[in-house]
Amino acid sequence: MSLISCRDAVFGYDGRAVLSDVSLTLNAGEYLCIVGENGSGKSTLIQGLLHLKTPMDGAVLYGDGLAPHEIGYLPQQTEYRRDFPASVYEVVLSGCLNRLGTRPFYSRTHKAEARHSMELLDVLPLRHRSFHALSGGQRQRVLLARALCATQKVLLLDEPAAGLDPLVTAELYKVIHHLNRDHGVAVIMVSHDPVAVREHATHVLHLGGRPLFFGTREMYLQSEIGRQFLGGDGHV
Amino acid sequence: MFELIGQMLSYPFLVRALIVGVLVSLCAALLGVTLVLKRYSMIGDGLSHVGFGALAVAAALGAAPLAVCIPVVSAAAVLLLRLSESTRIKGDAATALISSASLAIGVLTVSLSGGMNTDVNNYMFGSILSLSREDTVLSVALAVIVLLLYLLFFNRLFAVTFDETFARATGTKAGMYNLLVALLTAVTVVLGMRMMGALLISSLIIFPALSVMRVCRTFRRTAVAAALLSVGCFLVGTVASFAWELPTGATVVAANILAFILCAAWGMIKRIGK
Repeated sequence: MSLISCRDAVFGYDGRAVLSDVSLTLNAGEYLCIVGENGSGKSTLIQGLLHLKTPMDGAVLYGDGLAPHEIGYLPQQTEYRRDFPASVYEVVLSGCLNRLGTRPFYSRTHKAEARHSMELLDVLPLRHRSFHALSGGQRQRVLLARALCATQKVLLLDEPAAGLDPLVTAELYKVIHHLNRDHGVAVIMVSHDPVAVREHATHVLHLGGRPLFFGTREMYLQSEIGRQFLGGDGHV
Repeated sequence: MFELIGQMLSYPFLVRALIVGVLVSLCAALLGVTLVLKRYSMIGDGLSHVGFGALAVAAALGAAPLAVCIPVVSAAAVLLLRLSESTRIKGDAATALISSASLAIGVLTVSLSGGMNTDVNNYMFGSILSLSREDTVLSVALAVIVLLLYLLFFNRLFAVTFDETFARATGTKAGMYNLLVALLTAVTVVLGMRMMGALLISSLIIFPALSVMRVCRTFRRTAVAAALLSVGCFLVGTVASFAWELPTGATVVAANILAFILCAAWGMIKRIGK
């Protein structure tokens, strides 16, 4: 069984569908890129995949031992309050929240995990720093570490490279790639960036109010819509 | 100095006021950190106005003040929270509306029930003489409950405050915690209101958080420092008001203003020093 599967899911607001007929599967180890114009339903689909939005029709199912809320989510960069007092360690540790159960405080295991994921993402030396004093790239790595505390199985990344310069973006993609290949974490990434599709994805979902394409990267690169999205320099 | 404090402690009503005041300052400062960071400061302010109206009505009916105010203000807290969450209605406009409407109702009630201007004055600006023995017991019990709940949910409140979207995605019922904060704030406002005054209680919530945020860079430290600063300002303010015969509520707020200025200066020096 797949980690996540959508069957003919329809999502909308106030009874009006904005995204329909979504069928997709995500298996362990896969790297799915979701692309599409603004307003094509990407954010809506994310809400649906996270079970924050109930489909009007069809279903979103988790399988393969994936518990509800066991997805490591990296929200789109928002203006977190500039003066919010929070250390890197506090932010990362808050990723363990979904496994707190009824306990009020984090256990030693949780703290060890937070440390481990900070090590993995190379932010351990920053742990006492204020989250806001960090650069954009460091901040995304910290939020990735938090997401890893919430899951070992699936990461859902919403435009993780938005607002980062190309060098930092490449660095971030490398880290995500590493988590995907060497640690077996399945990745769903919403992105505008052709580079992410061309160099990292195993599968592609192209949205435009409904899925315009869903399949492997190779098939996407051959397809008309894929060639259009990736532009003239689409040779691999 | 010690003589002065010894003199203060020989009055039972002052001892009661000090006990309740310290606990309320603690609660207000802790909740304030969350409220300020979630941009809910206006809720605290709105609740104090609703509290004023409720208190006036309770007094006119001859009912127990806490028994009337706590349910009314809690209901208002739920309402104000819904308003601030909804994007359709102009949330802060509605908050302002509820605030001024409650004030008007309160003033009219006092006037119609043959109350005096001193009553309005007491409700608005607080009176240290207002706590009866039963009030004290109830206040202490409620304040301890607020503190315990805040401590037990500390980690969850941090997660929901810092990044509500992520918290929701990992299965945290963010709405429930927002409600919890609003209700705890309602109780704190009511408890602190009669001593500090309806107009001044919201500054007890907002000032300590804002002050320590100039200096502190982690959430836990911010919460602890805000609590300590708040208690410190309350004690300094109360002693000063006793020594110079000033209104207690306003003096405590003045102490908080002073602390804010000092913290802002400290923060600026820290930044320049880097």
